[in-house]
Amino acid sequence: MSTSTPLLEVDRVTAGYGAVQALTEVSLHVMPGEIVTLIGANGAGKSTLLMTICGDPRPRSGRIRLAGQDITALPTHAIMRHGLAQAPEGRRIFPRMTVRENLLMGAEALTSGDPTPQLEQVFALFPRLKERLSQRGGTLSGGEQQMLAIGRALMSKPRLLLLDEPSLGLAPLVVKQIFGAIRRLNAETGLTVLLVEQNANLALRLAHRGYVLVTGRIAMEGSGRALLARPEIRDAYLGGGVAA
Amino acid sequence: MAYALQQLINGISLGMIYGLIAVGYTMVYGIIGMINFAHGDVFMIGAFVALIAVLLLQLGGAMDGPAAILLVLLASMAVTALYGWTLERLAYRPLRGSFRLAPLISAIGMSIVLQNYVQISQGARVKPLEPLVRGGVEVMRDGPFVVQFSYVQMLIIGVTLAVLAVFTLLVTRTPLGRAMRACEQDLKMAALLGIDTNRTISLTFVIGASLAAVAGTMYLLRYGVIDFYIGFLAGVKAFTAAVLGGIGSLPGAVLGGLLIGLIETFWSAYFSVQYKDVAAFSILALTLIFLPTGLLGRQEVEKV
Repeated sequence: MSTSTPLLEVDRVTAGYGAVQALTEVSLHVMPGEIVTLIGANGAGKSTLLMTICGDPRPRSGRIRLAGQDITALPTHAIMRHGLAQAPEGRRIFPRMTVRENLLMGAEALTSGDPTPQLEQVFALFPRLKERLSQRGGTLSGGEQQMLAIGRALMSKPRLLLLDEPSLGLAPLVVKQIFGAIRRLNAETGLTVLLVEQNANLALRLAHRGYVLVTGRIAMEGSGRALLARPEIRDAYLGGGVAA
Repeated sequence: MAYALQQLINGISLGMIYGLIAVGYTMVYGIIGMINFAHGDVFMIGAFVALIAVLLLQLGGAMDGPAAILLVLLASMAVTALYGWTLERLAYRPLRGSFRLAPLISAIGMSIVLQNYVQISQGARVKPLEPLVRGGVEVMRDGPFVVQFSYVQMLIIGVTLAVLAVFTLLVTRTPLGRAMRACEQDLKMAALLGIDTNRTISLTFVIGASLAAVAGTMYLLRYGVIDFYIGFLAGVKAFTAAVLGGIGSLPGAVLGGLLIGLIETFWSAYFSVQYKDVAAFSILALTLIFLPTGLLGRQEVEKV
C-alpha cells in the first residue's frame, strides 16, 4: 500500500441522531503514523464524528474509508474488525468486570491467539493497571478508568486509535501521564491516533495536525503549531492566550 | 414434621420449574432492559411441543425409558428455541431504538398471539397425559402419613440442576457468555469491541426459550395436564421470582424461583389452596415496595 493512501478518510459526511443533525459535510483524513486532533466546543459534534466513524449512527450521506476500503455501510462490530479501536466518551468501562476482564474483552472478539503481549504492552504504558488487575472496573478512579479505556482499546492491536476526550475531568498530573502515553505509543509503535479534545492547548501541542469543528462543520485545519498560533483559536479555545 | 418434609420436597420441585422460567426473564431484562411478557407463553409452547413429541413417540411405540424422555426434552428445547428466536426477530428487534414501552407492548401482543395460536391449532380443551414416570421412594413414615419423593420430582430436580450447571458454564466460561456479560453491562461498548450485539441478543432469547422448554417439559411430566393458558400464571409467578431474586441476576432468578415454589406450597398446605396465587402475588407487591432491587440484585450506582 502506498503511503499516500490515508488510513482514515471521512468524505463529506452528514450525520446525527433522530431529528438532530450533528455533522454537516465533514471531511477529514488521517495519514498512517499521524496524531490528528479534532478540537471544538461542547456540542460541536466531536463525539458524534468518532461514533459515526464506528457506524453508530450511520452517516446520512458521505463515505468513510479505512485504508482505502469503504466501511460506510458496515455494522459497528464489522467496522471494528478493520483495525479500529475507540476509547469512547465517558470511558464506558464494564463496571462489574475486573480490570483484567475489561482488558481481555478488548481482545476477545477482535483478535485470536494469546493476548499476553498486548497485556504486557498495556502494563508497560500504565503500570497502575497492573496493581488493580482484580479490582472491579466500577471501583476505579476517573484517571484509572481512562487508562483502562485506552488499554482496552489497545488490546485489539489497532492500526487506528480513536480517543474521545481522555483529559475530561482528570487532574493535570494524570492528564500529563495519559498524554505522555499517547505520545510514546505513537513514537515507538507508529500507532495512528485521532484525538478529540476540548483542551485545545494540550491537544494541538501533541498532534501533528488538527481540525477545528464548529457546530458540525470543519472550520479550520492545519498543523498543530499553526493552529496554536492562530488568533481565532487563541480567543475561542485557549482563553485569549492565558493558560487555562 | 413428616408433612412439612413432604411440602419441602414438593416446594423445591415446583420452585425449580419457576426458576428455569425466571432465568429467561432475567436474562432478557439484563441484556436489553425489557420484560418479555410473552416468556410465560414460550414456556407453554415448550409444554405443548413436549406433549406432541410424547404422542408421536407413543404412536411409534417408542415412548419408553429415560432415552425417550431425553428425546422429548431435546425436541421441546429445539423447537421452542426457534420460537424464542422468531419472537425476538419479528416483534422486538424492529422496535430497538424506539421508545422504551414499545417492545413491552409488543411482548404483551405476542403473548396474546401465542395463546390464541395454540388455542386454535391445538384446541381450547385441557390436554391430559397419563403419567410417564410413576412411583417413588418412601423417605419416611409417620403413622399413616408417608413422605414420598417421587421419581418425577427427582427427575425435575436432577434435570434442572444439570441444565443450570451447563448454563452457568456457558455464561462464565465461553466466548458467548463473555459477550453476553459485556452486552448486559454496556451494549454500545460491546459493539465497539467487535461483538455482534444482535447475534448475542438473539442467542439470549434462544437460550431463555430452551430453558423455558425444559420447564414446560417438566411441568407436563409432573402435572400431566396442560392447556393454552398455563403460560399466564406460570409466567407471572416466574416473573415474581425474578423480581424477588433481583431482576438481572441469574442466581437470583433461581433463588427467587425456589422461594416462590416453597412459599406457594407451604401456603397451600397450611393455610389455603384457594389463596395460593394471592400469596405469590403479595410477595411481588411486597418486594417491589420494600426490596425493589430484590435479594441478589444490585443497586444501580455507577461512577460517572
